[in-house]
Amino acid sequence: MIRLEDLTKIFETPAGEVVASDRVNMEVPEGEICVLLGPSGCGKTTTMKMVNRLVSPTSGKIYINDKDTDAYDPIKLRRTIGYVIQQIGLFPNKTIEDNICAVPDLLGWDRKKSRKRASELLEMVALDPGTFLKRYPKELSGGQQQRVGVIRALAADPPVMLMDEPFGAIDPINREVIQDEFLRMQGEFKKTIMFVSHDIDEAVKMADKIAIFDAGKLIQYDAPDDLLAHPKNAFIADFVGGDRTLKRLRLITVGEAMMADPPKVTAEETLDKATKLMEEHGHISVVMTGPKGRARGIVYLADARGAKGKVGEHHHKLPATIHMREDLRTAVSMMFTHDETSLAVVDDDGFYKGYVTQRGITHLLGATYRDT
Amino acid sequence: MEILSYIFDNLGLIGERTLEHIAIVVVAVGLAILTGVPLGIAITQNQRAADIVLYVAAIIITVPSIALFGVMIPILSVIGQGIGYLPAVIAVLLYSQLPIIRNTYTAISNVDPALREAAKGVGMTPFQRLRQVEIPLAVPVIMAGVRTAVVMNIGVAAIAAYIGAGGLGTFISRGISQTDPRQLITGALAVSVLAVAADFGLLWLQKKLTPRGIQIPR
Repeated sequence: MIRLEDLTKIFETPAGEVVASDRVNMEVPEGEICVLLGPSGCGKTTTMKMVNRLVSPTSGKIYINDKDTDAYDPIKLRRTIGYVIQQIGLFPNKTIEDNICAVPDLLGWDRKKSRKRASELLEMVALDPGTFLKRYPKELSGGQQQRVGVIRALAADPPVMLMDEPFGAIDPINREVIQDEFLRMQGEFKKTIMFVSHDIDEAVKMADKIAIFDAGKLIQYDAPDDLLAHPKNAFIADFVGGDRTLKRLRLITVGEAMMADPPKVTAEETLDKATKLMEEHGHISVVMTGPKGRARGIVYLADARGAKGKVGEHHHKLPATIHMREDLRTAVSMMFTHDETSLAVVDDDGFYKGYVTQRGITHLLGATYRDT
Repeated sequence: MEILSYIFDNLGLIGERTLEHIAIVVVAVGLAILTGVPLGIAITQNQRAADIVLYVAAIIITVPSIALFGVMIPILSVIGQGIGYLPAVIAVLLYSQLPIIRNTYTAISNVDPALREAAKGVGMTPFQRLRQVEIPLAVPVIMAGVRTAVVMNIGVAAIAAYIGAGGLGTFISRGISQTDPRQLITGALAVSVLAVAADFGLLWLQKKLTPRGIQIPR
């Protein structure tokens, strides 16, 4: 847990005093990622760098796991806090192994233990230890270097991590991959993380909570969905963007939004029965499943009504199915692509689990506005 | 031919003088590294100090060596060392300061600020940052300064023959006073060969000392 109390930093410049952080109060709960977000010069980076004393506060307090960080020597404090920067900052004169072990070596860990840990961490980010341990940073691509930058911060297993736009210098495709990889690791490690970003999409993806700064002040501190649904003022509404409701689509998975226990028919059933089922539910189509429940096709009301025969003889191919784990943004995109208003939802094995509709999604997103 | 036969007849003497010459340069540049590198590192902390130190070192290097020897005679005579080995070493030591201090200063201040921040961020003390990151990265540039100092001062040390410091300059000064081109050319040739050899030797050392990770071309 990281707690900031009335944290203030005033820089003396020739042009006068500049208030970089203005009485910031916030708490990052144990095991959560808090993204500090805002335009450049808003004080988010200064605020973060006060946590490991790269910037010393003018006034105010910082507590890590309820201990006042003033009580620590800054050098020792930094060894207990993982630190990742945008420029990566791997030491070019040291091997990947020695880079990863930088903090364990400073802490005087047993060499065998720290080197073993370096191997394990490399494997976690899908870099083969046999290939990479003895290489030098310059021999790695940008994406590989930043992976090493992240695991260097994790090497001594610090409870708290600071990340300063860690994925900012990486190309968009690699960035998504590294973000996903990092979220997976975070699911296992549960570090308390302060993460600086200027990218609202990254923030929405990574954050448990987002803190938006402007001119040194913390303006809003909320969960991503609350922030997008209820921006506190015009600045935040503007910063998160006019399409903020669309961004919320990323936060909800298809599995959460779908109507479960959907009506379904099998190939052997009669069209008559299918028609009844659709009329009963007010649907214009129904999904046909195989014997074990896999989504196999679709029957439309227009074809089935009044017709004789079995479902299997009159079904169409499913235009698209979507996996439960996907987010609603992907679902909506798929609906647009296939010109459909609903999609069949399947699980890992292709079993038909439910359906999502445009109306259903609209309703779900609207719920938070109706409450207030 | 005359010169070649002179050289062959006096190989032993040439070797002896070469060793004397090397003794002046190696001791003086060695001391200059011990003083110049720490000074170059120290002044990265203060811009004003850096300006002053580099300015003074630049002035020293503009003083002609003959004049410098002349100035040192009365001063060092107090301890009975007005001429000979000591003033030669001091002169070379002084002339070596500028290339060594300036290269050290430039190399250390040009270390990527992101690396400095990373080193700080992982919890290195200022000394650990120097030892583990900044100095290893600065080695090629510092060594380039040492090479400049050595090559330049092999020439300066030749002039020290006039104050009785020995070395290869003795051939040159005798060649001039005795109007003997054999000695003159032998001395000049030996000084040049020594300078070129030293430069190559130090280049090899520079490569050896440069961390492998920063030698890799991108």
